[in-house]
Amino acid sequence: MFLAALIACAISGILVLIRIVLGKTTFDRVLGVNSLGTIIVIGIALHGFYSNRPEFLDIAIVYALINFIGTVAVLKLFSTGSLGELKK
Amino acid sequence: MKSLSLFLILLGLWLLMSGHYSLLIISLGVISCAFCVYVTKRAKLIDNEGLPLYFFPRIFNYLIWLFKEIFISNINTAKVIISGKIEPETFTVKASQSNDVARVTYANSITLTPGTVTTKIKDNMFEVHALNSDFGDDVRSNVMDKKVRWLEGD
Amino acid sequence: MDLVLDIITGICFFVGSLSIIIGACGLIKLPDVFSRIHAAGMIDTGGTAFFLLGMIFQTGWSLITVKLILIGIFIFFTSPVTSHVTANLARQKNLMPLGKKIGKIL
Repeated sequence: MFLAALIACAISGILVLIRIVLGKTTFDRVLGVNSLGTIIVIGIALHGFYSNRPEFLDIAIVYALINFIGTVAVLKLFSTGSLGELKK
Repeated sequence: MKSLSLFLILLGLWLLMSGHYSLLIISLGVISCAFCVYVTKRAKLIDNEGLPLYFFPRIFNYLIWLFKEIFISNINTAKVIISGKIEPETFTVKASQSNDVARVTYANSITLTPGTVTTKIKDNMFEVHALNSDFGDDVRSNVMDKKVRWLEGD
Repeated sequence: MDLVLDIITGICFFVGSLSIIIGACGLIKLPDVFSRIHAAGMIDTGGTAFFLLGMIFQTGWSLITVKLILIGIFIFFTSPVTSHVTANLARQKNLMPLGKKIGKIL
């Protein structure tokens, strides 16, 4: 059962990767990377259950947070050309 | 009052995440939670916007309704994607909430239901992109707007 | 009792797999950025909700359940923010969505 779910995650991950390679604009690629991150979070949690080691869930939590921060940072860099100025 | 509730929330999160209940670990948790609350207070982030406590009594009711909406519109979006008949439309709606937190809740609820996305916000006008005219009618009928106004205690 | 829980988990996983595969197909098939955001939203809400629900049925009550619910809460709060930021930035760079516009556009 967990193996079947992992295979489904892999298939949709490959489909999302096709969109990331094909994508016309930057927004398509950022959107694809964000969706791929969500699929990987599910995959890490499923793999933890599949191999009977639920400690993997901590890694999944951290991955979800890093995914969000990374996406917003890339979009901010793309929008303003810098990640913020130093205050004097 | 607000600092105390923030401290209790952080401490509960620590206890649930760590899973070890020896004296040393718990005292380390209390110290770090107190330090976090001190830093937050020093940065003046504890106010009605940072910790909207007045949402809490009614939020479960609202979340159950929102999950039902999300489920229904997931099915509709899947149908639209499979059949491939899309006719996207863009329109503006007016949000009648009084403060910023309620407005953010409304915009996030619109974005969270698949099929409708808030693309631009200016004061209290939202520009919404919908996948189909059915999704658009759902937003234009103002049901969610009334629900969020009820959530903020009106 | 165990068998019933296994069957419920299987149904949840099936619906979740269907949801993420349809979302990924939509990400390839739909024509422009604003339409693809809806497909990505389907992966973020439908997929994760059903997978996490299935795993919760599999564990019962323990600390693992709390961690699963925390993952759900994080994704539930961060997914609309990333969708909105992407759409807003695409509008700022003067990309217009396909289809008809009703009334005045901001």
